[in-house]
Formats: sequence, structure tokens, C-alpha cells
Amino acid sequence: MTTIPVNPELTSPLPLGRKGPSYLDISFTVKSWLLTLDHKRIAILYLLSMTALFIVGGAFATMMRLELTTPQGDFVKAEAYNKLFTMHGVTMVFFFLIPSVPATLGNFLVPLMIGARDLAFPRINLASWYLFIIGAAFTLAAMFAGGVDTGWTFYTPYSSVYSNSQVALAVVGIFITGFSSVLTGLNFIVTVHKMRAPGMTWFRLPLFIWSNYAAALIMVLGTPVISITMVLVAVERLFGVGIFDPANGGDPVLFQHMFWFYSHPAVYIMVLPAFGVISELMAAFSRKPVFGYKVVAFASLAIALLSFVVWGHHLFTTGQSVYAALVFSVLSFLVGIPTAIKVFNWTFTMYKGSVSLETPMLFALGFLGIFTLGGLTGLFLAAVGLDIHLHDTYFVVAHFHYVMVGGVVLAFMGGLHYWWPKITGRMYNEFWGKMSAILIFFGFNLTFFPQFILGYLGMPRRYYAYASEFQVLNILSSAGASILASGYLLPGIYLAYSFVKGPKAGDNPWGAKGLEWQTSSPPPVENFKKMPIVTEDCYNYPLVDPHDLQPEDRLIDSTTKDDDKLKEQVKDKLS
Amino acid sequence: MDKSFSLWPTQASKQALHVDLFYIFMLAVTAFFTLLIAGLVVFFAVKYRRREGAPPPEKFENVKLELVWTIVPLLISVVMFVWGAKLVVASSKPPENALEIHVIGKQWMWHVQHSNGRREINELTVPVGRPVKLTMQSQDVIHSFFIPAFRCKQDVVPGRFSYLWFEPSEPGEYHLFCAEYCGLQHSGMIGKVKVLPQADYERWLSMSPAGEESMQVAGAKLFSQYGCATCHSQQGPSMAGLYGSERVVWSGTPDKEQKVIADDNYLRESILYSKAKIVKGYSPALMPTFQGLLTEENVSQLIAYIKTVGKDAKLGNEMTPGGRMQDLLPPRPEMKSRNSDSEKRDYK
Repeated sequence: MTTIPVNPELTSPLPLGRKGPSYLDISFTVKSWLLTLDHKRIAILYLLSMTALFIVGGAFATMMRLELTTPQGDFVKAEAYNKLFTMHGVTMVFFFLIPSVPATLGNFLVPLMIGARDLAFPRINLASWYLFIIGAAFTLAAMFAGGVDTGWTFYTPYSSVYSNSQVALAVVGIFITGFSSVLTGLNFIVTVHKMRAPGMTWFRLPLFIWSNYAAALIMVLGTPVISITMVLVAVERLFGVGIFDPANGGDPVLFQHMFWFYSHPAVYIMVLPAFGVISELMAAFSRKPVFGYKVVAFASLAIALLSFVVWGHHLFTTGQSVYAALVFSVLSFLVGIPTAIKVFNWTFTMYKGSVSLETPMLFALGFLGIFTLGGLTGLFLAAVGLDIHLHDTYFVVAHFHYVMVGGVVLAFMGGLHYWWPKITGRMYNEFWGKMSAILIFFGFNLTFFPQFILGYLGMPRRYYAYASEFQVLNILSSAGASILASGYLLPGIYLAYSFVKGPKAGDNPWGAKGLEWQTSSPPPVENFKKMPIVTEDCYNYPLVDPHDLQPEDRLIDSTTKDDDKLKEQVKDKLS
Repeated sequence: MDKSFSLWPTQASKQALHVDLFYIFMLAVTAFFTLLIAGLVVFFAVKYRRREGAPPPEKFENVKLELVWTIVPLLISVVMFVWGAKLVVASSKPPENALEIHVIGKQWMWHVQHSNGRREINELTVPVGRPVKLTMQSQDVIHSFFIPAFRCKQDVVPGRFSYLWFEPSEPGEYHLFCAEYCGLQHSGMIGKVKVLPQADYERWLSMSPAGEESMQVAGAKLFSQYGCATCHSQQGPSMAGLYGSERVVWSGTPDKEQKVIADDNYLRESILYSKAKIVKGYSPALMPTFQGLLTEENVSQLIAYIKTVGKDAKLGNEMTPGGRMQDLLPPRPEMKSRNSDSEKRDYK
């Protein structure tokens, strides 16, 4: 581990020689956590609550894979299985994947990376965590009150009329959580627009900021649609109005249009912030700027915009007109282009770099392999002629797990390991970190690769009992899941240990660029002792030896209350 | 049904070959790019690994390279799109001579009725080498009719007809799955597709158990039983030559004229929701709605009958209502009873 010292003037919140309180040690009361307005503490609240929900969702998955080791439904009955996959999907999608990177890493890093003291609306930020918790509580209540058996997609009229489970409670939970997502998105957009440090121009923004910004746009524009859709399902269940029920003159396919109008862009709410993490990791561990910075930034925006016009590819088999299918097919292929650009750009970031394979980088490289396959198999589903056969089979299950787990979870793990020393001030055990990355990579591929084959063979998804010729591949998949589970459990252990007993990490253990590495680890409450000013592009490697830096080159005295004076100072520094 | 382990699904329809060829092309492209990226990642990670004495990182930008990896994927996407589009356009219209079979999906079985009235449950018997067109309805939730060996699938959405066609190319028995999650016994809603040689099929079809009547006859009986002929031969629009013709109707606001083709979905709507589209020149108050009185199966039978009524047909009451027709009408299942049923049914 190379620890590159950073000029103490820049990092220490208090004059040299005295240790000042970080955001973690400023207070230890429960109240100080539950009423905190500090974006860093809120990020920790999210991290803890989402880890708990991830464990819940993972437990459901484990039971499903156990059930599927034999063709007969002998571990759980049909009803239990249907509830398991529904709760696995609902928990993972709405309460883990969608908020994971933005709400934890994003919350922690967005202000730090742009040199701000906090998000634009700290109270709204805290409110969004409470909404998340209330939404999760409703949905968990639905699970404990008997569960939901509709699948996370809640297709009507099954969900709105036929299902005898706790659909209304669950959709209300999702409705509430939607507000949390909208508020986080709003907060990010305003923060990125208004709170950037002097000199932090749009094209000096780290790519993590770009991708979170693009995802925030989707959150704000898309989430209200799913919220309304969920309310309509609840209304139809409770009052029997005929919105989706054909027996009352409703249209069941209307639900699918509304649902996917959000839920397809939601895929990009999940992966765009993950893309941002990968950009940061590739740059930091290659000691090079991300290849084609501007193209990668614009690709994020292009993906965000295109994501809104491809929802119809989920409806190829509903009897949609051939022309509509062709239009959605061609648009879906278009999303592939900016995604392909990103993958190539990340890969070539390593070219002529100084590559070190520490834990976060292992996760990032695993991401590249898995996400490439996930993206390419998406093309199979975009091709309308082939999707007819593959739709609603295990091929789809495999594809979206490659994108969601391979893309989001690996990036999240990589980001968590990368910024862990910044978040906690401590270092974890590198050996176990690498072990976890390797276990997750191999466990993941063993779990989900056989499912591509199962899908083409024709095994439909959401089957708790299946034809016997599918058993071999299902056993492989279940075996992989057990390896994957152990890969997930390891970090739980060594990261917790590191938080208590890990060695001190130093302020910039990776020798990385970026304003977040210019403050101490863990950061002080106000993030920076003085307002940083930015005089260079991001990822401007090779790293300047921090000892050569003149503190006054990068700092202005932001303690003054006089705005005009402040502006003048900034002007002077920048000129 | 072949129970042995295999990595490739059986090919048993004309379409399967085309889908498989496209799939192989996609696999090749996927394998190429996955290996390319994986290879580059490993190569770069080794070649440029951080170590003592290694050259310092160099800035590297190359616009040409970026153009290559923008344009090449774009071109490949165009090829994929066109190929996929060709497949779907080719399979979108069933041939004129296709054998029509009616399918009703319900929680949790496939109910099949052949035009001569022969019924099957969770089985579909078809002749080899002849295009088959399925006209499908759902009685409750969305189901999806999926025959992997034929590489075809179609959702069956309640409230509308959906169609699927294929041409079986190999005699044998194949899986029939429900692919759209439809509730408790979704995984149990499976059946068999039996493809028979033409002669065997004819023999099988003719061995209809006693008491089954053709769909048209059943439809004609319903037509008579519900007194449809009373209006539709005199003051109402005639059924003669109706099917497939263009109709001018009022819809929504009474002065809005609209042209529709009298197809399955139009007839279904007009029977069940008679006020939805009133034929121009007729009063909307005349026809009662048959929603709740007729099952989806009855609607199919009525339409099958209407189809057979040619332009010169005589419509009337010559068909006396059979006494047992009433017995054929099952009561529309209530939500409560459906769910208690489902609990009793224990899977395997």
C-alpha cells in the first residue's frame, strides 16, 4: 500500500498537530445520527439500512435456489415460491439496486467531489432517508403479513384483481419510496448546478458526478410515473375501478406500458451511477485520466435520454403491432452504442497506464467482463425476432442479473472498497478483499451463465417446478449461488472488523486524484477546512507530489462572510 | 418428449431453423466481443501493471479509435436489427390456408377446441407440415402460449383475441408452457404439443367423442338460443357476409364516424359490450349487452358461426335451441371460489 501524504494544511480541519473531530466522532448519540443533516452521516444511514435489506433479499434468493435444485417443488410449495421470488425482486430492485449507489456513495461523495460543504437541501436529504425507511417498512410489513405473489412486475389484472396477497400494502411501500428517489434526484441536480467549488467547471466534474447527474434526471422524470401506476393498482384492488381489468372495460396492457415507462429507465438509474464508480476506479488504479472523458460524460446523458423511449421492448409478445415492435427494437439497439463506447473507453484507460490490482480494481475488472456479457445479451432481447422465443425465459433472468448484479453490485462493492478508507479512515484486509472479489466473480458466473442456456432451451421464468431435463443446469446455478453468497458474506465480516480494528488508512491511500482525497479521512463535518478551488481537469495524473503544492494555490479563505470579497479572491486565484 | 440433457432445444417447426441461425450469429458476435474485452483487460492489466521501473503513465487519446468503436457497433446493430425485423415480419401474418384452432387459457390449464368441436385439455394435436393458426383468449389473467421447440410465443391477454401461427416440421411430442406468470399454479400450466403425420391427424380428429359438436354448430345454436336472429335478420344489421368486411360505426361521441374491419376483436366487443361501436344508422339502445352471460368459449363459437355466414346466407330461427346447450354454459367463476379452488389443488 502506497500512502501518499497530502499537505496537512489542506486536510486537517484544525491547525496542525491537533486532531479535530471527523463527521464520525463529532457526536456519538443516537439522536445525533437520526437527526443529522450531514450528507455523510445520511449516507451511512442508507448504507446500513440497505445492507440489511440486501441480506433480506439475498435470503429469499438463497431459498429459491435451494428449491430449484430439484425439478419437483419439494422444498417449498408453489405459493411460498411465488412469494419468495416476488419479495426477492421487490426488495432488490426497489430497496437496494435503485437507491444503492446514489444514496450511499452518491450521498457521501457528491458534495466532496465538487468541493461543497453539503448537498443543496440537507433537510430534504434527511427526509428522503425517512421516506425510504417508511416505504421499506410498508413493503416489509406486506411480506410479514403474508407476502405478495405477483412478481416484482405486478402485472395486471393478476395483481389488481386476482391475487389474494398483500399487493396493496406492498405497492404503497413502493409509492412512498418513490418520493425518496425523486427527492434524492432533485437534491443532486440542484447541488451539481449550484454548489460546485470555484473552478469546478462542468468539464472538470468527475465522471461519477456526471453519471449521478444523468441518473438523477431519470429519477426526477421517471419515478412519478411508477408512483402513479402503483397507486392505480392499489385503487383498482380496493375499489374495483376498471383501469386495468378487462372485465370492467380496462386494459391490462396499459399497465405494462406505464410500468416499463419507468422500470426500463430505472435500469439506468441503477447502472449509470455504477458506471460512474467504474470510471473513478479505472482512472485511480491506472493512474490515468479516463480515456475520452467528454465522450463518456455525454454517453451518460445519451443513455439517460434514450432510456425513456425503449420501454416497448418488454411488450414484444403482448400482441403489439409489428411496426411498434420494430420502432422499439431499433431504439433499443441505439442504447447499446453509448454503452459500448463506455466499455471500450474504460478498457483503454488502462492502456499505457500504471495498473495496480487492488481489491476495488479487481471488482472493476470483474464488472467489465460481466457487464460486457450482460450488455451484449441485451441485444438478443432487443432483436424482436429472437426476443419472441427468449421473452419470459431464464435467458431474461440471466441477462438482467448480469446487468444488475454484475453491473451494479460489483461496481457498488468496488466503490465501497475504494472509498472505505475515506468513509471510515481505516483500511480493510487486502487479502480477504481480493478473495471476496474473486469468489463473487466466479460464483456469479457459475450461477447465471447456465441460465442463458436454460432460457434458450425454453425454461420459463417463475417456475418452482420444471421439466427434468433442465435439472443439470439448475444444479450448477444453485452451486454457483452458494459460492456467490459466501463472497457477499466475507466483506460483511472484514469490513466490520476494519471499522473497529483496521489500521489507519491515511488521507489518500490510493494516491488518487479528486477533491474527496484532498480532505482528511474520515472527513470533517464541513468537508473542507477551507473552500477548495479547482485549477485543473479531473484525473490529471500523474499525481503531483503533494509536498510540492503550495497550499495557497488551492485554498481561499472561506471564513469570510463577505460574498464580494470571496468572489474577488476566487477571481484572483483563477486568473 | 426427450428427457435427456441437452444444450440445444429441439427444432420442430419451420421457423425454428431461422431463429436458430440468427441466434448462432448473435452468439458469435457476443463471444467475439466478450473475449475481446476480457482479453484486453487481462493483457493491459499484466502489461501495464504498476511496478518498480515501469514507465510512468502516458496520456493517450485517439479519436480514430473512438470512431471505430462507435461505428462498428452501430453497423453490427443495424445488421442485428434488420435480421430480427425480417424474422418477425415473416412470421407476423399467418398463411391463408392455415388450420385454425381455438385456445382458451385459464388458471391453470390450456383449453383447446378444434373446428369440428373436438376438445383437448393441456394438449394440442396438430398435423405435420401444415400451417396452424391459433386464435387465443384468456378467461382470467394474462397467460403466454409458448412452444420452445417451435420457437414461438404469444401472450394471451384477457379481453382480446391474440393469434399465433407455426408450421410443425417434425412429428413428435413437445413441451407447451405458460410463459407469463399467472398465479399459484403457473409452473403447472404446462402441456404437450403432439405433432402427427397428416393421415394420423385426420383419423385422430375424426374420432371425436360423442356429443361434441363443431364450433359453428355450437355457435349457431347460441345464436338461436339467445334470439340473436330476431334482430339480426330484420331491424338490426345483417350478419350475412359480415366477417372481414368494413363497417362504418359511431364511437365515443355520437357524431364521430369511424371505419373498422369486422374482425374477431370487433365482433367480440360488439357481443359483450354492444354499445361500444354502433353501426351507423342503428339505434344504440337496441342490442342488450351479453357480458357475463357468455363465456369466452361461447364468444369464440358465435364468431365461428358468424364467419360461416356467407353473403347469400339465410339467417333465421331454423336452428332449434338444443336442450343441453344450457348445460354447456359454465357459470362465470367468482373470485373467492377461484382462490379456494386453488388451495385445494395440490401440485404433484
